[in-house]
Amino acid sequence: MKQEYETVIGLEVHVELATRTKIFCGCSTRFGAEPNTQTCPVCTGMPGSLPVLNKQVVEFAVAAGLAANCKIRNVCKFDRKNYFYPDNPQNYQISQLYLPICYDGWVEIQTESGTKKVRIHEMHMEEDAGKLIHDEWEDCSLVDYNRSGVPLIEIVSEPDMRNAEEVIAYLEKLRMMMQYLGVSDCKLQEGSMRADVNLSVRKAGSSELGTRTEMKNLNSFKAIARAIEGEKERQIELLEAGKPVIQETRRWDDNKESSRAMRSKEDAKDYRYFPDPDLPPVLVSEEWIAQIKSRQPQLREEKAAYFQEEYGLSSYDAGILTESKHLADLFEETAVLSRQPKKAANWFMGELLRLRKEEGMEPEEIQFTPGHLSDLILMQERGEINNQTAKDVFKKIFKEDLDPIPYIEEHHLKIVKDSQMISGIVEEVLKQNPDSVEQYRNGKEKVMGFFVGQVMKKTKGKADPAEVSKCLKEKLAEF
Amino acid sequence: MDFRELTALELGKKIKNREISAREAVKYTLEQIEKKEKSCHAFLHVMEKYAYAQARKVEEGQKEGRFQGPLAGVPIAVKDNICIKGVPATCASRMLENFVPTYTAEAVRRLEEAGMIPIGKTNMDEFAMGSTTETSAFGPTYNPWNKNHVPGGSSGGSCAAVASGEVLCALGSDTGGSIRQPSGHCGVTGLKPTYGSVSRYGLIAYGSSLDQIGPIGKNVEDCTAILEILAGKDEKDATSMERKEETYADFDGEGICGMKIGIPKEYLMEGIAEGVKSEFMEAVRVLTEQGAIVEFFSLGLVDYTIPAYYIIASAEASSNLERFDGVKYGFRSSGYEGLHEMYKKTRSEGFGAEVKRRIMLGSFVLSSGYYDAYYLKALRVKGMIQKSFQKAFQKYDVLLAPAAPDTAPAIGTSLEDPLKMYLGDIYTVAVNLAGLPGISVPCGLDEKGLPVGIQFIGDCFQEKQMLRAARAYEKARGDFLLPYEQDREGE
Repeated sequence: MKQEYETVIGLEVHVELATRTKIFCGCSTRFGAEPNTQTCPVCTGMPGSLPVLNKQVVEFAVAAGLAANCKIRNVCKFDRKNYFYPDNPQNYQISQLYLPICYDGWVEIQTESGTKKVRIHEMHMEEDAGKLIHDEWEDCSLVDYNRSGVPLIEIVSEPDMRNAEEVIAYLEKLRMMMQYLGVSDCKLQEGSMRADVNLSVRKAGSSELGTRTEMKNLNSFKAIARAIEGEKERQIELLEAGKPVIQETRRWDDNKESSRAMRSKEDAKDYRYFPDPDLPPVLVSEEWIAQIKSRQPQLREEKAAYFQEEYGLSSYDAGILTESKHLADLFEETAVLSRQPKKAANWFMGELLRLRKEEGMEPEEIQFTPGHLSDLILMQERGEINNQTAKDVFKKIFKEDLDPIPYIEEHHLKIVKDSQMISGIVEEVLKQNPDSVEQYRNGKEKVMGFFVGQVMKKTKGKADPAEVSKCLKEKLAEF
Repeated sequence: MDFRELTALELGKKIKNREISAREAVKYTLEQIEKKEKSCHAFLHVMEKYAYAQARKVEEGQKEGRFQGPLAGVPIAVKDNICIKGVPATCASRMLENFVPTYTAEAVRRLEEAGMIPIGKTNMDEFAMGSTTETSAFGPTYNPWNKNHVPGGSSGGSCAAVASGEVLCALGSDTGGSIRQPSGHCGVTGLKPTYGSVSRYGLIAYGSSLDQIGPIGKNVEDCTAILEILAGKDEKDATSMERKEETYADFDGEGICGMKIGIPKEYLMEGIAEGVKSEFMEAVRVLTEQGAIVEFFSLGLVDYTIPAYYIIASAEASSNLERFDGVKYGFRSSGYEGLHEMYKKTRSEGFGAEVKRRIMLGSFVLSSGYYDAYYLKALRVKGMIQKSFQKAFQKYDVLLAPAAPDTAPAIGTSLEDPLKMYLGDIYTVAVNLAGLPGISVPCGLDEKGLPVGIQFIGDCFQEKQMLRAARAYEKARGDFLLPYEQDREGE
């Protein structure tokens, strides 16, 4: 009979920091530029070039560490990790092994089964490598060093997770945290957040750890969940068959939904780590830490609580609106500008979510000026436009960041309150429908709806309905 | 007018006074190089066009009142491990035979800002690894005192260029004695500044925690004047330091009367050649005569210096030289299958034997399981050496040592026994490990007629004191004529 197994998972997460310039030189970190246009002697490993640490990287690392309840080292160091690969222009990566900047922290995650602490072993600063492009057609490899030297922090957890749900919750937690801190946009598709999964299985109740494997090349949360499931099954099958699990690094192929071994512990690389002599120790004083602490923005939980308290949102709405820092910022700005937080929330929870789903967009991809939505809300509040117009215009704001005021003006979409004009149209309608007028006089009040509809049709729905029925009643009495 | 009689400062003065133009200085220097190179081979690359362009810039600038410094217009040779934009920087290696830097080293930028004119790139031991300039992939440099002998190394080309009269001054680099030892062997003056004084940006690294760029010239004053230009904080080098001294030249003061000078007694006990020892002791006598109080003391740890140095320097070198892989620049082997073989063939064919030896040594001491036993231990020894120097400087203003245990060896006699060659660095490497400044000044000739150098060692960032002692000695010693100056005497 198959025994009950427990899965033990620890994560190594790389987060690209959103600094303007690279970690050791002044080159831009902008994503998507032409290959090798954001490079200099330092980030292409030219002979004689030297690294100089970007202070912002330290501040971001400390901010992330503080948010994850880490201890911060007052003196930390950079080490060289030596390995040959063409995407790594110096053939060593500047990282932190011996004295990482943040250590001994934890974050709290929420799953179906409740809340749980995941301990953080350390966070350290390092540089990213360039990108290799294999040109099958020309049968050659090309390298783009734009990403070389982009700052990263690597967040190493303790093996505290037990299933994919916890892993995803942990990653979501980190992503939220980084986004709210403004230290990273954490886009998995652009590679600004990457996770390696260390996984082992053991018999339930055992306190000893099994032999673990490290899974690489996980490009989405879904791939991570599938890889965990697959690796767990693979290891249990091995153990059930009486075979040992080999400590090795494996590469996940999400198309095949299987992994293959990259290298085992025996042929693991010897990185020959040693302190980088080009970089003096980094001194992080208590005053500096205090400064960074005082500038920490609200994180998601605080933001959600604030939305409930300040704007009277439900816990559910506050939860959804803070799922992305970007969305929360858009909402808050709209709420503040319009002074109609409830109305703003209705738009975000209703139309906005619907359109986002329809378009299959990530929250970060939603781009519009909160002032535009605020203007729309205010016009609706003043009864200047009807609901249908508001909905149509909102769609345009959502899709093309349309400025509603000139648009509504130009397209004559405002509700017409001009009673003279309305009474003219009412008279016209009554004249054209003598039979219906007759019916009304005979006590068939239902035809009132028909008259209103006719007036609305002639005014393309822009007439103020209250004004129309008032006018109709007056005119019918006269008739 | 024969420029060769001049010092760099004297030439600078004549240029400033419009007696000589910068262009004439360049032309004359190029003629000297043309004449001497065959028998000296101090240069790997002569920068004729570049030098004339810079001379023109200086002349035009001077008309507008710029370039008023004391060395404006003076040509200077540059060791080939220092980058100048658009000029080859080979490090005397096949690996970088076709490499042309895209930027200029901060040290050279400062020289040019002061109006000095880089005139050529000098020969050296491959990647500055060696003590003879024989590990150069492009052939050895010959000692101007005796063509059968090496000039020392690794800055052998720069020192020989000065000693032969091709140039009046040069830049070298010093990781374990590479300025001071060849200066001693060539009878010129070579200064290694305190670690962090001069920016390393653009110096192709050998041992990053030890490397320093420094000047080589005909006397202490010239070296001091060049250091004035070079020294100072550079934002591009995180290990460079804010400069404390406004000026290093403090020669007209009270001399060295009462100055306390210490000599590590271990340095004179064994392994030192008689000819060197006697010239050194003569120098000590001169200093005493000037009123200095010279004492022997025990520095300690001397036996651990060479091993610690070779472990640290090789470890750093093994990592620093990883970037030479055939991917981005420099040499790439032809005929390879796949990436791994490209690396292997490129590095096997591109590097010479001594470089490979140090890469292997360095890789070994950093590999897992050996790191603590070798590298960490060497770092601890480095710390202890620093402490023992600190202790010495509580008592002494300046320390004194020979530049090398013997005068320049004959060509072809050093490389077969690398261990013996390494031991020849005994008097220079401790200074690098402790980050101290040192200057080698010629003090005489041995029985073979080869120059002997004496080394003044200062405390960290106390160049001023050290230079005052060296300058006072130089004055009391009297003229020390280079071979070409002696030839003239006979004319």
